[in-house]
Amino acid sequence: MALDKAAVVRIAKLARIKVAEAELEPLARELDGILGWVAQLNELDTSDLPPMTSVVAARLPRRPDTVNDGGYPERILANAPRTEGGFFAVPKVVE
Amino acid sequence: MIEGASGPWEVVIGLEIHAQVISRAKLFSGASTAFGAQPNTQVSFVDAAMPGMLPVINEACVAQAVRTGLGLRAAINLRSVFDRKNYFYPDLPAGYQISQYGQPIVSRGEVVIDLAGGVARRVGITRLHLEQDAGKSLHDQHPELSYVDLNRAGVALMEIVSEPDLRSAEEAGAYVRKLRTILRYLGTCDGNMQEGSLRVDANVSLRRLGAPFGTRCEIKNVNSIRFLQQAIDYEAGRQRDVLEGGGRVVQETLLFDPGEGVTRSMRSKEEAHDYRYFPDPDLLPLELDPQWVEDIRRGLPELPDEKKARFVADYGLSAYDAGVLVAERETADFFEAVARGRDAKLVANWVTGDLFGALNKAGRDIATSPVNTARLGQLIDRIADQTISGRIAKEVFEAMVETGADADAIIIERGLRQITDAGAIEDAIAAVLAANHDKVQEYRAGKDKLFGFFVGQVMKATQGKANPKLVNEMLRGALSG
Repeated sequence: MALDKAAVVRIAKLARIKVAEAELEPLARELDGILGWVAQLNELDTSDLPPMTSVVAARLPRRPDTVNDGGYPERILANAPRTEGGFFAVPKVVE
Repeated sequence: MIEGASGPWEVVIGLEIHAQVISRAKLFSGASTAFGAQPNTQVSFVDAAMPGMLPVINEACVAQAVRTGLGLRAAINLRSVFDRKNYFYPDLPAGYQISQYGQPIVSRGEVVIDLAGGVARRVGITRLHLEQDAGKSLHDQHPELSYVDLNRAGVALMEIVSEPDLRSAEEAGAYVRKLRTILRYLGTCDGNMQEGSLRVDANVSLRRLGAPFGTRCEIKNVNSIRFLQQAIDYEAGRQRDVLEGGGRVVQETLLFDPGEGVTRSMRSKEEAHDYRYFPDPDLLPLELDPQWVEDIRRGLPELPDEKKARFVADYGLSAYDAGVLVAERETADFFEAVARGRDAKLVANWVTGDLFGALNKAGRDIATSPVNTARLGQLIDRIADQTISGRIAKEVFEAMVETGADADAIIIERGLRQITDAGAIEDAIAAVLAANHDKVQEYRAGKDKLFGFFVGQVMKATQGKANPKLVNEMLRGALSG
């Protein structure tokens, strides 16, 4: 198995997802299965092909440097569990 | 190089600079970038990472990055790619920063830094890429809470990475100053370190001369050149002590504490970062039209190195004076406005001497100078046409700063016009010689040094207004007679 339990622990930590000990082994098996299935793509020779970053043949759209958004702090803060004086208020994070 | 008990160590420094792009709107949204607004009033749903919102790139920010790349004599990559850099922090609503990883918009440039003794050195630029700034967290407003303001979230930054080409705190300081000068000339970043428009991370390591690079530590987010230099000196000393004590330098992220003058480990960063970069599926690759880049190149202003070379060649200034004058574009423009049609060296002396002194004293910059270009020009014209002597000119200048009047008004009002009338000077000389009979004898007996004394007396008798050249000539004649 390419993807072991330790890798799942690490991925879960980076993604801030709490995974119970009992779930680690089955999750590792599942993820490894998915990766193995996708890995079939490696059988194709793509050495002469540029990476495809999009399925649409379009140019990246641009916007002009114009201020035409913002100015609605109450809507920005509407979903916040807690606010103070126009700020989001979150559990303290300190260096 | 720093000395150690076991011999000298070479200090190796590379800098990463985050420069806030000058633009009206953010990199991927139409919210304003203005500094100092009420919290969360300059935030769009894109910046707040509301589900379903899509980023659309601000073309002016792309132009600023290209302009900066050209100013750094770098390669402009006509195709670059935006990636997501994934990490969690309360002031990063999306859980990722849109940045450029494998294919930045600019690579391989250089900055020439000016060191003591007129030495110039090239510092390589590895790359410049565009990315979003994060929001701002305030940790000192509440005992249990941090406050988050997203006004800055999504503002365009240029991350400018240098090669590990710097060898001392002084060189690092010179590099930041020069880069800041270039950015200001280009108008792509205001360079204001207090407001956080320019932030510096320093990578520092030690090695024996000629040996491979040692393990580096990264000092994060230094916000002044003085602190940067202190942090580098402290960190180099710390690493030397570790190495000479038989230990190994551990790669870590540090914060500089300006109060204590020490660097400290950022524990939160000890967990090795794994940003899991991948191309942002919301953004197509950024492709630039070569003609568009060429148009930007043609619109570049004269840059500090070129301006300095021109000041030396065209005005005959010393490299040092030229360097001082071009450090700020406004100063260089001021100098040129005054120097046109005048003695440029004299103008340079006035600008870097008396004018800078007066600005320092008043705590002003050249844009709000109490003496404008026309008035300084008039003062220098009065020296050139011998209305006043250089010495009196200093007095006139001080009065100009104090009163706001122009040179001619002050010269007339205070009766400072130079005495060029030979008769008047002759009278003054005769009076001085008559009053100092004994000294005249001594001088004639061979005590040449007394000449200065006689000059001083004649100048005093004329309230400093006598033409010094005439005084010298006539005094020499009178004393030898």
